Amino acid sequence: MSATAVAPRLHGIRHRRITVLAVLAAAVLAGVVLSITIGSRSVAPLDAWHALTAPGDTESDIIIRSLRVPRTALGVLSGLALGVAGALMQGHTRNPLADPGLLGVTQGAAFAMVASIMWLGASSLLAYIWFGLAGALVASVGVFALGMVGGRGGPTPVTLALAGTAVSAFLYALTSALVLLDEQAMDVFRFWQAGSIAARGPDVVWQVLPFIAAGLVLAMINAPGLNALSLGEDVARSLGQHIALTRTVGVAAVTLLSGAAVAACGALAFVGLIVPHLARALSGTDHRWLIPYSGLLGAALVLLADVVGRVVAPPGELEVGVVLALIGAPFFVALVRRRKPVRL
Amino acid sequence: MRLQAAAVKLGYGDRTIVDGLDLGIEAGTVTTIIGPNGCGKSTLLRALGRLLKPQGGEVLLDGKRIDRIPTREVAKVLGVLPQAPTAPEGLTVADLVARGRHPHQTWYRQWSTDDESAVAEALTMTGLADLAERPLDELSGGQRQRAWISMALAQGTDLLLLDEPTTFLDLAHQVEVLELVRRLHHASGRTIVMVLHDLNLAARYADRLVAMRGGRVIAAGEPHEVLTEELLREVFELDAKVIPDPVAGTPLVVPIGTHRQSS
Repeated sequence: MSATAVAPRLHGIRHRRITVLAVLAAAVLAGVVLSITIGSRSVAPLDAWHALTAPGDTESDIIIRSLRVPRTALGVLSGLALGVAGALMQGHTRNPLADPGLLGVTQGAAFAMVASIMWLGASSLLAYIWFGLAGALVASVGVFALGMVGGRGGPTPVTLALAGTAVSAFLYALTSALVLLDEQAMDVFRFWQAGSIAARGPDVVWQVLPFIAAGLVLAMINAPGLNALSLGEDVARSLGQHIALTRTVGVAAVTLLSGAAVAACGALAFVGLIVPHLARALSGTDHRWLIPYSGLLGAALVLLADVVGRVVAPPGELEVGVVLALIGAPFFVALVRRRKPVRL
Repeated sequence: MRLQAAAVKLGYGDRTIVDGLDLGIEAGTVTTIIGPNGCGKSTLLRALGRLLKPQGGEVLLDGKRIDRIPTREVAKVLGVLPQAPTAPEGLTVADLVARGRHPHQTWYRQWSTDDESAVAEALTMTGLADLAERPLDELSGGQRQRAWISMALAQGTDLLLLDEPTTFLDLAHQVEVLELVRRLHHASGRTIVMVLHDLNLAARYADRLVAMRGGRVIAAGEPHEVLTEELLREVFELDAKVIPDPVAGTPLVVPIGTHRQSS
């Protein structure tokens, strides 16, 4: 076969990938429509469109604009963030069971929130989230620094995982001890821990948006470097890649993405763990495709889980974190049983 | 001189493996480094490919210190294939070879028609076009090694360093890989440096042999100058007869050792 005969085949691979990307984007769009129209009070899509484009003072218009839209936006953002962060994390650690929480962001956010309530008198949702975000960032920088100790040229996947586990366990112990002392902190903590995108309001969306946007940009910049790194450090170096720089950009992206998502929505279990596996089945191992696929799948999954949570237990709602864990766990077991988790 | 090691001191941590070694690689040659296990040949190759930073001395690429050239620029002229590289499971041949284009891509321009034609050409040259969409882990050892070489080819460098490209391969596949290396050299005059274990294949496929022991170069030159009975004793502590290879006329090493007597 000559080189000219191979080129169309390579083209075919590329076209297929673009098609899948479009399908996933359509799935997110469908999720957005469902999330805006379905709930304890369902709104017809046309009325919803009217509420968005020419808002009036009717009850459904107000529900849509002040509750459903921010909730949907937060679902999209947190799903994007956790899906992408999970793909990065699994790529950098070459560990199929890695999730963004491995960097200590979840426990960092939890500890900072609880501490801010007890010692700094924080009392508004917006304040909790700022402190949670700061805690997530500090914890992951700490994990990164700890992972570098003793290593040459940046942390290795193993030292990162060890440092992350140690820091998380330590912060979890502190948080557990603190909430026993303070009832208000306990309530906030429990609510946050379940994971929800409801009742956050537009200001929370604006609060986390810049962090997630920056994280997504860094993630896409990191994708080619991660492709090179997945062939081993020697091959990556011979391809002209800076190893330490690539790891640092990757960790920064994971920190921004998962820190912002976790602070705003709580521990949305499983998104960062499962979604990259689903995405990988569609994209193969090329991170330039795996990362956007994971983001879109994450967004679609969070929206879908949230909508399911609104309809399964009327008149109440199940929090999205609970639904994700309920559908995620068996799903993950099935995934693991069907095809063994791949070596990365 | 394309590539040159000048008084390099190499090692890992406190352990020095190579001390004060000089070696020059001339343009358009196939050079093979031989020597017993632990003699420092892979370490030297890693230093030549800037995968290992010398503790002393310097490595020069086209007369310039290799560590002063941006690593991405080096990657456009010098390709290195480490020993027994590993790939993530499920990686297809086409994807692997495409990653060879890494140094030519920027984060805002990640794929071009140049990339595509380089990948197509590399696949064709290594005879892997029909296997392009197959996962690497479904291939035979020889095919897999060809796929890695194909990645290094797609990188488009005219200097190629290969660390034991024939490890874990049976004889037929070793020959297959070395024939490919030879073709690459003939087709485009690439400069190739390899580490090989098999002395007879090294003699057959190299223009120049470099024999190392204990971190030093003991002899360097054309195969018939280097592969002598005295050198084999000195470098490998091996008693052997060297006779002309009946096929190629290159030196053929026949170890003496103990053997069954023919009656």
